[in-house]
Amino acid sequence: MTATDLGLPGLGGLAGVPVTDEPQKAKDYKSDQEVRWCPGCGDYVVLNAVQSFLPTLGLKRENIVFISGIGCSSRFPYYMNTYGMHSIHGRAPAIATGLAVARPDLSVWVVTGDGDALSIGGNHLIHTLRRNVNLKILLFNNRIYGLTKGQYSPTSEEGKITKSTPLGSLDHPFNPVSLALGAEASFVGRAVDSDRAGLTEVLRQAAEHRGSALVEIYQNCPIFNDGAFDVLKDADEAAQRIINVVHGQPITFGGGEHAVVRDGFGLAVARTADVAPEDIVVHDAADLNLAFALSRLSTQDLRHTVTGVFRNTARTTYDDAARAQVDAAKEAKAPDLAALLRGKDTWTVA
Amino acid sequence: MTTDVGNGAAPGGRNGGSEVRKLDRVVIRFAGDSGDGMQLTGDRFTSEAAAFGNDLATLPNFPAEIRAPQGTLPGVSSFQLHFADYDILTPGDRPDVLVAMNPAALKANIGDLPKGGMLIVNTDEFTKRNLVKVGYDANPLDDASLEAYQVHKVAMATLTIGALENTGLGKKDAERAKNMFALGLLSWMYHRPTEGTERFLREKFAKKPDIAEANVLAFRAGWNYGETTESFAVTYEVAPAKLNLGTYRQITGNTALAYGIVAAGQRAGLPVVLGTYPITPASDILHELSKHKNFGITTLQAEDEIAGIGAALGASYGGALGVTSTSGPGIALKSETIGLAVMTELPLVVIDVQRGGPSTGLPTKTEQADLLQAMFGRNGESPVPVIAPQSPADCFDAALDAVRIAVKYRTPVLLLSDGAIANGSEPWLIPDVAELPDLSVEFATEPNGPDGAFWPYLRDPETLARPWAVPGTAGLQHRIGGLEKADGSGNISYDPANHDHMVRLRQRKVDGIEVPDVEVDDPSGAAKVLVVGWGSSYGPIGAAARRVRKLGLPVAHAHLRHLNPFPKNLGEVLSRYERVVVPEMNLGQLALLLRAKYLVDAISYTKVQGLPFKAEELQDVLAEVIKGVSA
Repeated sequence: MTATDLGLPGLGGLAGVPVTDEPQKAKDYKSDQEVRWCPGCGDYVVLNAVQSFLPTLGLKRENIVFISGIGCSSRFPYYMNTYGMHSIHGRAPAIATGLAVARPDLSVWVVTGDGDALSIGGNHLIHTLRRNVNLKILLFNNRIYGLTKGQYSPTSEEGKITKSTPLGSLDHPFNPVSLALGAEASFVGRAVDSDRAGLTEVLRQAAEHRGSALVEIYQNCPIFNDGAFDVLKDADEAAQRIINVVHGQPITFGGGEHAVVRDGFGLAVARTADVAPEDIVVHDAADLNLAFALSRLSTQDLRHTVTGVFRNTARTTYDDAARAQVDAAKEAKAPDLAALLRGKDTWTVA
Repeated sequence: MTTDVGNGAAPGGRNGGSEVRKLDRVVIRFAGDSGDGMQLTGDRFTSEAAAFGNDLATLPNFPAEIRAPQGTLPGVSSFQLHFADYDILTPGDRPDVLVAMNPAALKANIGDLPKGGMLIVNTDEFTKRNLVKVGYDANPLDDASLEAYQVHKVAMATLTIGALENTGLGKKDAERAKNMFALGLLSWMYHRPTEGTERFLREKFAKKPDIAEANVLAFRAGWNYGETTESFAVTYEVAPAKLNLGTYRQITGNTALAYGIVAAGQRAGLPVVLGTYPITPASDILHELSKHKNFGITTLQAEDEIAGIGAALGASYGGALGVTSTSGPGIALKSETIGLAVMTELPLVVIDVQRGGPSTGLPTKTEQADLLQAMFGRNGESPVPVIAPQSPADCFDAALDAVRIAVKYRTPVLLLSDGAIANGSEPWLIPDVAELPDLSVEFATEPNGPDGAFWPYLRDPETLARPWAVPGTAGLQHRIGGLEKADGSGNISYDPANHDHMVRLRQRKVDGIEVPDVEVDDPSGAAKVLVVGWGSSYGPIGAAARRVRKLGLPVAHAHLRHLNPFPKNLGEVLSRYERVVVPEMNLGQLALLLRAKYLVDAISYTKVQGLPFKAEELQDVLAEVIKGVSA
């Protein structure tokens, strides 16, 4: 569902970005650089999904920019035949904000990881989301520091044994979706790296959304945290755990066997057979409280993992508003440099 | 009645013909509690002096606390103004006139008033409680302790309240206008024009006409007090200065810097994006630029210093002119992004309005101690051009120069202003817009590499600048980043020889930046001693050099706008003199660079008291060195 589908005002996420009639293929988006992630890394799957998905947008390739921070996932821009910047640790949202403000004709994507976005760059992430800058943020969450070879991350489970925590991690982890919703992100989605269709659908909605879109992607690190999401990849397990939400539809999973119902101020999982159909929660992507409650169904143990689009709501974007201010100022007063420099009080030495 | 006696009119009708004494220069210091409006008072007197055609220089000095406890020494705020009938270089070493609005202001400033100087005190605040608060055992107005000065005791608050009796304003509100009473009195004493101040007050308080009128009334009451009481036997005239022909305005360094950025954006034909975070004493640059969005300026108050420069760099990547403004602590936070700008070779202007450090240091006081941070405060070999304005008005030209280097050489540029010139003001000969430098840039539009490829690091052979290829340009898709890249293609490269080559190449690019030769001011041509300064010490050093020459001691003065790269003739200039003296408001940072680069045995004279040098002290330093050489 796009914001427009929700009956809300505003432009589409890609309005102003030039389009092309020339057919595009995934390979058009592959750069000439050799991809150097570890064999079996979940990043490959995401890269392929993005490269296959982008041609469907029909945008001019030169008007797409990928900006990343530091970490394994942040090598992403090198492999995209678009414009790209591999910046510094945690700062990609800030750099992308400046770019988005300066250039309404670009589709700007941020690629980041759990360490990059939630640890060193946590401040930029929440402020970008609250400002609602028109950026698509892909947060590759593997719950570990990969590039620095295996320290715990801000999404690692408590007690995790890593190189830096031989006696177990003491940190309580972030739930990235809850965090983003707390920052009042106008779009929050989640997908699992191995679910190509689900990921592509979330990416599509994110691209069409005007404003900050945070997409958390559960991504396997085969070297330092292998199997972290295996329970979501086993068909039988996944059926019991993954709750894919779709705007306007009742929230059921496990082939309809289970459903999500209200439970006080939160939500609970029930057997569909045990509840009245009208008690099954219908997903409303405009409802922040519902989105937050859904995010709380997911815990580190992945017992109930909500995927899909938690929230998708229209709100004025920072970059649109910033440009509108400049335009209005120009309209109100033509720039006159000589008059500005003279000011009000002058005197002349003749 | 003031309106018809304004304009420094001939004093024929004044005060039964009080004596008028002509002076060539006067230094006045207004001092009071930080809530007393001393900055505004000084600022208005400055505007009056400017409107009258005097040359002037100002030094605001205020505490970091917005409202320190009332009546205490830490809460004292002052504004010093030097105005003259000739071109002056500094805000003056010591005041000729001290206006003290309370005991704390008296105590904090009386030490600077020379014997025989004029002291005007607001007696109403000299209560027992206020005296005790600052450690006066007895009222200095009642004993002999101020005997050495010409003391004028004026009950400013009482007189102001009296003057506003019929306005319907409460006592407390009325009393707040006493700073305008003081301004009125001083304006009378120095034959200042008054219309400007009255107009200013009416505009400032346009939404509160009763407050506007109260301030105007208080201002007039102060004027009339001087006019009608017998206590002031003498008034003073300081004739207009004979400055170069042209139209002038008064301007502070921060305003001039902001205007320089506006002008540079216009001359470069680029939208400006200021990404920044509030910090003393740089915030006024943000405030000023945010008023001029009609010039295509976007101001982005980011969540922190790092995001501010990040947004600026992102905007530059997109083809805008990215600018960030901060002070020393902010530079520390921005260092990594400056390094990224060095590596990605994108234009970026980084403004550092220096203040006392380290750490939070002295936020409202001045210092020049960020030079080495600007030069070297990053990981790796990370050369950045550094330039420094020498006076408030010069901030305009320095900003244009910074943009010139940034866009031409595709590099971050560090611009080192400081608290003294940021808040200080002086007359500015308004430039002709048509004469401003052309800063237009060309973005890359065509592939430049083999087989129709685009190589983002293929350089201009002359400037060594790489192409500025902005997203949206078809066929030039490329990736840049903080990793070392292969010369030319820009692909990631870990090749040892390539890294060595690139490190030297980036250094060579900055070393090769064209900067004008440094000029030497040596009127007699006989100097054996050269004094070298940089940045805001231009005024005190220049004034000291004048004084020394008046004593018959020749001295040469060279002032560096460009700290990196140094002007090409600097080594030769240094070698011409027997001794080189380098005064700095740090522990010798420029001296260190000069010694390292030119093997010159420079004498470093340093002071870090949060205040500009006094011409007097530099005079002594220079005279001593010159005498040593001559002997």
